[in-house]
Amino acid sequence: MSKDNKILEELTSKDYEHGWSVDLETDEAPIGLNEGIIRWISAKKEEPGWLLEWRLKAFNNWLTMTEPVWANVHYPKIDLQGLRYYSAPKKSNKPKSLDEIDPELLQIYERLGINLNEQKRLQGIAVDAVLDSVSVGTTFKETLSKLGIIFCSFSEAVHEHPELVKKYLGSVVPMTDNYYAALNSAVFSDGSFCYIPTGVRCPMELSTYFRINAANTGQFERTLIIADEGSYVSYLEGCTAPQRDENQLHAAVVEIYAAKNSEVKYSTVQNWYPGDKSGKGGIYNFVTKRGICAGDHSKISWTQVETGSAVTWKYPSCILKGDYSIGEFYSVAVTNNYQQADTGTKMIHIGKNTRSRIVSKGISAGRSQNSYRGQVQVMKRASNARNFSQCDSLLMGDRCGAHTFPYIDIQNPTAKVEHEATTSKIGEDQLFYCNQRGISTEDAVALIVNGYAKEVLNQLPMEFAVEAQKLLALTLEGSVG
Amino acid sequence: MLSIKNLHASIEGTPILRGINLEVKAGEVHAIMGPNGSGKSTLASVLAGREEYEVTEGEVVFQGKDLLELAPEDRAREGVFLAFQYPVEIPGVSTTNFLRTAVNQVREYRGLPALDAVKFLSVMKEKMKLVEIDQKLLSRSLNEGFSGGEKKRNEIFQMAMLEPTLSILDETDSGLDIDALRIVSHGVNTLKSDKTATIVVTHYQRLLDYIVPDYVHVLYNGRIVKSGTKELAMELEEKGYDWIKEEVNAASV
Ligand SMILES: Nc1ncnc2c1ncn2[C@@H]1O[C@H](COP(=O)(O)OP(=O)(O)OP(=O)(O)O)[C@@H](O)[C@H]1O
Ligand SMILES: [Mg+2]
Repeated sequence: MSKDNKILEELTSKDYEHGWSVDLETDEAPIGLNEGIIRWISAKKEEPGWLLEWRLKAFNNWLTMTEPVWANVHYPKIDLQGLRYYSAPKKSNKPKSLDEIDPELLQIYERLGINLNEQKRLQGIAVDAVLDSVSVGTTFKETLSKLGIIFCSFSEAVHEHPELVKKYLGSVVPMTDNYYAALNSAVFSDGSFCYIPTGVRCPMELSTYFRINAANTGQFERTLIIADEGSYVSYLEGCTAPQRDENQLHAAVVEIYAAKNSEVKYSTVQNWYPGDKSGKGGIYNFVTKRGICAGDHSKISWTQVETGSAVTWKYPSCILKGDYSIGEFYSVAVTNNYQQADTGTKMIHIGKNTRSRIVSKGISAGRSQNSYRGQVQVMKRASNARNFSQCDSLLMGDRCGAHTFPYIDIQNPTAKVEHEATTSKIGEDQLFYCNQRGISTEDAVALIVNGYAKEVLNQLPMEFAVEAQKLLALTLEGSVG
Repeated sequence: MLSIKNLHASIEGTPILRGINLEVKAGEVHAIMGPNGSGKSTLASVLAGREEYEVTEGEVVFQGKDLLELAPEDRAREGVFLAFQYPVEIPGVSTTNFLRTAVNQVREYRGLPALDAVKFLSVMKEKMKLVEIDQKLLSRSLNEGFSGGEKKRNEIFQMAMLEPTLSILDETDSGLDIDALRIVSHGVNTLKSDKTATIVVTHYQRLLDYIVPDYVHVLYNGRIVKSGTKELAMELEEKGYDWIKEEVNAASV
């Protein structure tokens, strides 16, 4: 084995840092999936009739659908009847302030390095934390509400702002969109809701932390972000899951609606449990994320740093409907050991003079498989559409794989679509050069990888970028060699 | 300071170094010359600890330590610096950022506290002057798109930042224009002291006008076949290597 491979080996055999789970008394649904369970969830959440109807419709649609098999990922069939579809931390009264939150919950967040109280307040981040299925604490609500910004759990929005939820739910990702989106629509438990009114620039980063706690719980969040005319919001999502032997399913749906002249930046740092060194355990992450630039001159930008999960299936997309609208996708996806990721984006140009930009940086180590799948579609009406795609792959060692699947579909002759792709290896030359300057191999890997991913990391808000850099280094620790 | 005894090294089973002997004392400058492919860069790489080369025989002692036992990063931390003949590009990593990591890791090894950003920048400013390197270059990705001369100047800048005990300069002169050669040589001379030593690998006498060697060695076929003083370099400049090759070949028949 070459030196590169040896170090890769060592670095990649690092254990997952967030692997622990706290025993919270949970309020859970019986195992299995049927109409009764959906009614149970809806009743538990005291939902209005129209939402139950909507769920049931989604469920009936889902029953007619089959699991997609086109992605370049392999995993044993998931026993959807063996999962529990709802699990809430038991606590009779909903917390009204941070002081009322179960101290054990707060402890979980602290161990995650998330601090719901003063620390985040000082940093100017509003946090809405989702533990298993129920949103437990939302800070900053008051400051935001003065501006007319609504940032709350999805369940709360259902009760407080039913007209908005009714209007936009399923408008970007229809319940029939795909197998997992349909499943999510039927059983979604909670998530975040965000509305920025006309002309308002959200003064702080809105942040949600998801984490999966209970065993055998599929987590199905639902996030809905609405940016009204001329508004701006930057939204952060961070995830971790404690270590578990059985694979846990996670099938979220995120919908973004951007009205005329508005801009939404959505950043994700995902570090769910990827399974152990031998490929046992880990999260299955099958997510549908989509935004629509509904109005002219609107913009949606997705930035993601994906380091976790055993299997990832995820394509944050933009529908560029408004003229002059802009869609962006910046992604770093790292896979190590036996992880598999099939991720990318779809840019659908419908409006005139629409532009999209895709920057995808894949990093594969160990025996992992990392695929980029991107679709650029230019519709008939979309004259002068522009797309630029840059898809780079970095390989560490020689047992991993990187794959690129670009699909381009152009129906308007004025479109200009550019695609560039590179594949490189962390070279022994680079590592030796660093070593010769006194830099250890692990730090050299971190340096090289962060340099490689810089264009994407630069898109993240400052605090997140630093976290993401550390995460990249951590994920690849033990992996060069 | 450095003592090389009967050093043999091979790559992928092919012997390249075939019994090198060299003693370098503190305060000295040694020049190593020799035809292309004779093993000069190989010697430099073996000293720096490149693992592709297998040392099959011999020993290297550096300041009382068995150099061959040390990992490449520890050799660097002990004070061995190699200015590469072909510096490597690292996209997305600025020279500044790279050097900050390097300097602080070296300091940590030596039990010194890390330099904070302000301290680091002020040290950098001072060293930048020494080799007249532009700030703009240092904020770009390391060596990426640098001209040949810029890369070489950057190597010496790094040397200035790391303050090594033993510097090995592998053809640092190639690619430098006339002014740059003077500036870079001046930098190297300024960094010299009676506690440090320098090994310069070069093909040309010109560099040795600036960095004056105490000894000149000719490497041929993996062995030092001739050693002398700076006059030897002038003789080589004039006559080439054929006469040495002939001497060696005659002796080995
Ligand atoms: N990976 C390799 N496999 C086989 N031979 C190699 C390898 N690397 C170097 N060599 C050979 O080792 C010999 C010595 O190379 P080296 O780079 O040390 O020469 P040099 O004296 O520095 O030459 P130059 O003056 O051209 O820089 C050359 O013949 C070279 O082809
Ligand atoms: Mg050479």
